Amino acid sequence: MEPNASNPAPHTASSRPILRRGHTYGSVTEQISAVVLTRPTPRSWMVGFAIGFVLLMMLLVAVTYLFYRGVGIWGVRVPVAWGFAIVNFVWWIGIGHAGTLISAILLLFRQEWRTSINRFAEAMTLFAVACAGMFPLLHLGRPWVFYWLFPYPDTMRLWPQWRSPLVWDVFAVSTYATVSLMFWYVGLIPDAGSMRDRARHRFARIFYGILAMGWRGAATHWHRYKIAYLLLAGLATPLVLSVHSVVSMDFTIGIVPGWHTTIFPPYFVAGAIFSGFAMVMSLTIPVRKIYGLEDFFTIRHLDNMAKVLLATGMMVSYGYLMETFIAWYSNSPFEIFEVMNRAKGPYAFFFWMMIACNVLAPQVFWFRKARRNIPTLFIVSIVVNIGMWLERFVIVVVSLHRDFIPSAWRMYYPTFWDWATLFGSVGLFLTLMFLFIRLLPMISMFELREQVAEQVEKGEPKP
Amino acid sequence: MAQLFHPSANAIAKVTIFGGAFIVAGLVWAAAELYRSPYVTRAGDPISQPVPFSHKHHVSDDGIDCRYCHTSVENSSFAGLPPTKTCMNCHSILWLDSPMLEPVRKSFQTGEPIHWTRVNYVPQFVFFNHSIHVNKGVGCTTCHGPVGEMPLTWQAETLHMRWCLGCHEHPEKFVRPVGEVFNPDWKPPADQLDRGRKLVEQNHIQKLNDCYTCHR
Repeated sequence: MEPNASNPAPHTASSRPILRRGHTYGSVTEQISAVVLTRPTPRSWMVGFAIGFVLLMMLLVAVTYLFYRGVGIWGVRVPVAWGFAIVNFVWWIGIGHAGTLISAILLLFRQEWRTSINRFAEAMTLFAVACAGMFPLLHLGRPWVFYWLFPYPDTMRLWPQWRSPLVWDVFAVSTYATVSLMFWYVGLIPDAGSMRDRARHRFARIFYGILAMGWRGAATHWHRYKIAYLLLAGLATPLVLSVHSVVSMDFTIGIVPGWHTTIFPPYFVAGAIFSGFAMVMSLTIPVRKIYGLEDFFTIRHLDNMAKVLLATGMMVSYGYLMETFIAWYSNSPFEIFEVMNRAKGPYAFFFWMMIACNVLAPQVFWFRKARRNIPTLFIVSIVVNIGMWLERFVIVVVSLHRDFIPSAWRMYYPTFWDWATLFGSVGLFLTLMFLFIRLLPMISMFELREQVAEQVEKGEPKP
Repeated sequence: MAQLFHPSANAIAKVTIFGGAFIVAGLVWAAAELYRSPYVTRAGDPISQPVPFSHKHHVSDDGIDCRYCHTSVENSSFAGLPPTKTCMNCHSILWLDSPMLEPVRKSFQTGEPIHWTRVNYVPQFVFFNHSIHVNKGVGCTTCHGPVGEMPLTWQAETLHMRWCLGCHEHPEKFVRPVGEVFNPDWKPPADQLDRGRKLVEQNHIQKLNDCYTCHR
């Protein structure tokens, strides 16, 4: 790209291409569809899928035993009635947020670097929401009557209690799941058409053909597609902010010290995007290596995601700071005690681990070298994932275990079944993710072809 | 290359999408209807008994008051089932040789109560009390239906919670003067709503619709 007066050279970081130069329409489509259609399944996929599947089976056992015996198999005891289930719920739903941010908000802001990672991140959103949606239901005392949460004409004349955050969660999460699924699927239709045309096996052609819904790439198709996609992006955008705000209000509506603060909605949303980007990074780094997709998941993407991690990490740190400040400023002995109990109480180790993971670890991304060093990126992204899980643990368990009356204090210890459900949900996530990678084009091929066209327009040498 | 799908696939796709929504909605509707139907609730279904006791005969033909047999209805949660002795007050004189009454005589001789089959059943987590309803002007037939017309007794209503709440939220539609509670032929007058409102005020009838009114 030659700098000129009307189009000055952008900053060097962003001048790095989001797609390696020299690609043609054909090479992009070929390389991405080959992962699914022609290349042999790598051994690492087999191993990863096997691990995910084994964990998924563990989830099945844990959930079966849960339904057989009830929530008493978990470590939840009053006053800590919200244990791992709610921690995991908030963690997973937060992870989902990066996908929606990448696909909707970055689309509306015309951030073209979203193109390579959007499908992958949206799939991650869907699977994370599936994991998240499970936990509030498992946490119900009588999960078989979960449908009482919906307003339907029943024989009992019951109506959902609209003042209950559990009901808000139902609507927030089900809306989120529906819109995410629609958005992901609509974005997939043109690529499903390409896959249908490239697949050899009859079964594969029918499978992609059904997904493509008769896509022929006609001008009217593209016209309608663009409108539908933009509308869905508009619908999904407020959800990035609203869903986790609602989740945060599950806490703020309670008068428990450490929950009852106004900063929770924005602080939760920032935390959600923080953990979501960390998860996208943890997933894309191995995938680009295994499948040789470095041309599409470029250093520029990782660099940008690292910047997002740094920015949202700072917002989360501001949240921690304000919680502490407001506790002091409120002069409420219970709030002050709660902050001190986090830092010096029996769970202090987890609090300081959280600070180390979420506040300190992302600071390395001030340095460009760190933002472009794959092992650093991978390790920090994993650390942030753990840190964000710990944050929810601190909020849920540490706030509850010592509230107003010392005679009601009690420690919380997770049981084997708590851990089995947590890692089981990771298994569900991994299984779905591996199936997605194996069965669908994980990068949006047609949007990358648009990038190729733009490179040509900007005066790149003709491919 | 041959076409992958026949043109009819278009129609199948449309039917699948629209039908999917409507078939699911239809199944939910059918399940809801079934759940409310007499097939599940047993409302209107005459229950067979060891002795074919007819409320129609005893109430309408003979004019026996409800409380002659259901003695505790005014001051207990349970209306009470009569001991065999109550039957024998009359049947030691009337229908002495009727084969239909053989189980009654046998029960009287052996002292083993007759095993009546329960008709109206509320689950154990519902604390229902007959006396408060009867004393505030909820008539027997309001819930139990036209008992004086039942040769074999059946459950008159669904006994769904929605049905209970219908009266608990609008008692004025159903209450009658306390003196009419045991009248099996009482019919709501044309100006029931006005009279009902007055009765609600007069008898201090509260709209108790908290969960813990019944689920304690």
